[in-house]
Amino acid sequence: MAGGKFFGGVHPKYHKELASSRPIEPMPLPGKLIVYFAQNLGAAPKPVVKKGDVVKKGQVIAEPQGFVSVPLHAPTSGSVQAIDMFPHPVGADMPAAVIVPDGKDEWAPGLDAERSADGFDAEKIKGIIREAGLVGMGGATFPTHVKLSPPKEKPIDLLIVNGAECEPYLTSDHRLMVEKPAEILEGASFLAKALGVEQVIVAIENNKPDAIETIRAEAGGRGGYTVRALNVVYPQGAERQLIFALTGRRVPAGGLPMDVGVLVQNVGTALAAYEAVRFNRPLVERVVSVTGRGITRPANVLAKIGTTFGDAIAFCGGERGESGKVISGGPMMGVAQYSLEASITKGTSGIVILAREEIAQFVSDPCIRCGRCVRACPMLLNPSALSIFVERLHFDDADSYHVADCIECGCCAYVCPSRRPMVHHFRRAKAEMRSKAAKAS
Amino acid sequence: MLTAVIALSALALFSSFLLGIVARAFAVPVNPKVEEVEGALPGANCGGCGLPGCSELARRIAEGKADIDACPVGGESVALKIAQIMGTSFEGGAGRKIALILCNGDDQVTAKRFHYNGVRDCTSAAMLFGGDKACQYGCLGLGTCVGICPFQAMRMLPNGLPFVDPAKCTACGKCVIACPKKIIKLVSMDKRVHILCSSHDKGARVRKICRVGCIACTKCVKEAPEGAITMQDGLAVMNYDFDIPDAVAASCPMNTIHVKALESSVDETEQVTAVAGGAG
Repeated sequence: MAGGKFFGGVHPKYHKELASSRPIEPMPLPGKLIVYFAQNLGAAPKPVVKKGDVVKKGQVIAEPQGFVSVPLHAPTSGSVQAIDMFPHPVGADMPAAVIVPDGKDEWAPGLDAERSADGFDAEKIKGIIREAGLVGMGGATFPTHVKLSPPKEKPIDLLIVNGAECEPYLTSDHRLMVEKPAEILEGASFLAKALGVEQVIVAIENNKPDAIETIRAEAGGRGGYTVRALNVVYPQGAERQLIFALTGRRVPAGGLPMDVGVLVQNVGTALAAYEAVRFNRPLVERVVSVTGRGITRPANVLAKIGTTFGDAIAFCGGERGESGKVISGGPMMGVAQYSLEASITKGTSGIVILAREEIAQFVSDPCIRCGRCVRACPMLLNPSALSIFVERLHFDDADSYHVADCIECGCCAYVCPSRRPMVHHFRRAKAEMRSKAAKAS
Repeated sequence: MLTAVIALSALALFSSFLLGIVARAFAVPVNPKVEEVEGALPGANCGGCGLPGCSELARRIAEGKADIDACPVGGESVALKIAQIMGTSFEGGAGRKIALILCNGDDQVTAKRFHYNGVRDCTSAAMLFGGDKACQYGCLGLGTCVGICPFQAMRMLPNGLPFVDPAKCTACGKCVIACPKKIIKLVSMDKRVHILCSSHDKGARVRKICRVGCIACTKCVKEAPEGAITMQDGLAVMNYDFDIPDAVAASCPMNTIHVKALESSVDETEQVTAVAGGAG
């Protein structure tokens, strides 16, 4: 098999040691859960509960709208106290249900029952995965059943289970692979069955030797699995870079992995598929790394969807010293939060708390055309030229320089000696292109 | 030497003769009025009329496809000149307009939610939680309108709000389009009473985050002539077709409604610096 190193990338300080040896701890039920209705990419599901309703754990509280949409389930049993706008961690205020747990954590009837998956065919598995509200848990939150339904003219021959976890600090996927290797591989087998592929690669970065070992040991007894250790370079876990490093196949610009016969799923998604297929449990909780040098006790917690950042931080002993910065996700691609009322979504893989002394406010300077960003860009773009176009509001030029292909990994901003807010510029350009396309249609 | 002079002169004579013939044979008929109208237009090519430039507007006016007062920048005087060229009359429109920012929540009176450290541009800032201002509707104060103004009629005041210079503003409307919060409006210069708020938030929330925001108490609605001020989704909105008495402003408990003579509005901070500069 071809492959090797993709172009570009950076080597940030990883700080994974803070939480990589901390076992996953289930977090006790908090006083309230703030559950956003928009938890998936595509159409947000439509709320079917109102203020005052009593819900059971796993009960559907929002119905999907269209194919690219999944239902949303109550993370625990309790009552709906309010439906209001709250700051969503991706950077906008969005409607959410406030659920006050009754403490019983009682499943809705029919759920949480072990069953054998032997008789399930591909369609049945896809249906279960959709009903369970599965989305990509690496952070993109794209509905899983849509990824599992490629058009006929694009056959898939390889499933990659992504355990690279290249974002600094984050260790949730790492701990899952160490603690639940059998479950992850069985979940992956359901995904493979739904796709009809024989070949599965589990990809793990070299900085997680214990995870590589446990997954290898588990995969040894099963056919069709390969475990591949990868170089440690950011963004190794980005879909396109991962596919190139493992297979040498290049996903075309504007295309999807299915164009080269590959599908990538996060290890967390594989585990959620296992829970859904074998135990009929919808996606109501996930593992979140609460880490960083600004937290008293870095940990990997199993938290209900809707747990506020404030509650998760309090569970980990609170902030250490003077408050610095709280980031949803990792420091490279995550979004800094202004409110601890922001809550854990299906895509929150970590909460990184930076200490005050670690953060700095930069004033950005003009581009000096040193070209470091060009060398760092794993998408082979020219971030320098792009950022200058956007600064001058030349969005058509940015479009012709393929700003739409930017994966927003942040490598360019990381290496920029002028401290330019590159990704912010590119997001702006993409937003302009989207609104232009919307106007044209 | 002489040969060269004669040869070149002959060549020049021949070429000009040829050019003359070609110019007549392939002449493009141009409506002389287009050029005249274009001469009367300001020539800034600002795009305020919605067309690519002044020559395009001139062509349309000459063909009768656009109104003679279609240039928002030129206003009455240009419309009069064009009317003369076109042989029609111009009665005078609604008077000169000016851009007005419908937010008075400067850095002193409106709370901020977080420290914004991104691109210094309102549209980019609005992409992150709607901006750092606690009020989702208010001016973000990063000067996107100032940057886009083709007439240098705007500048940022130290208090974080833009100032519109009535002598320079031509009401081209570029800032109206550029503002991500859509809080800039073109109003007639002769209007004196203005509601300087765009917040649709509930009164209780407004009180928490802004000292000069509309709390939807409806006092002004009762004070003003019927229909002049209406409540629209928790915000008092003025209908500028009416003449509003100055007393309405006094009825506002939040000091949201201002009596402001737009044609003579001045940048007070600049006066202060001018005096200070004079003393030094």
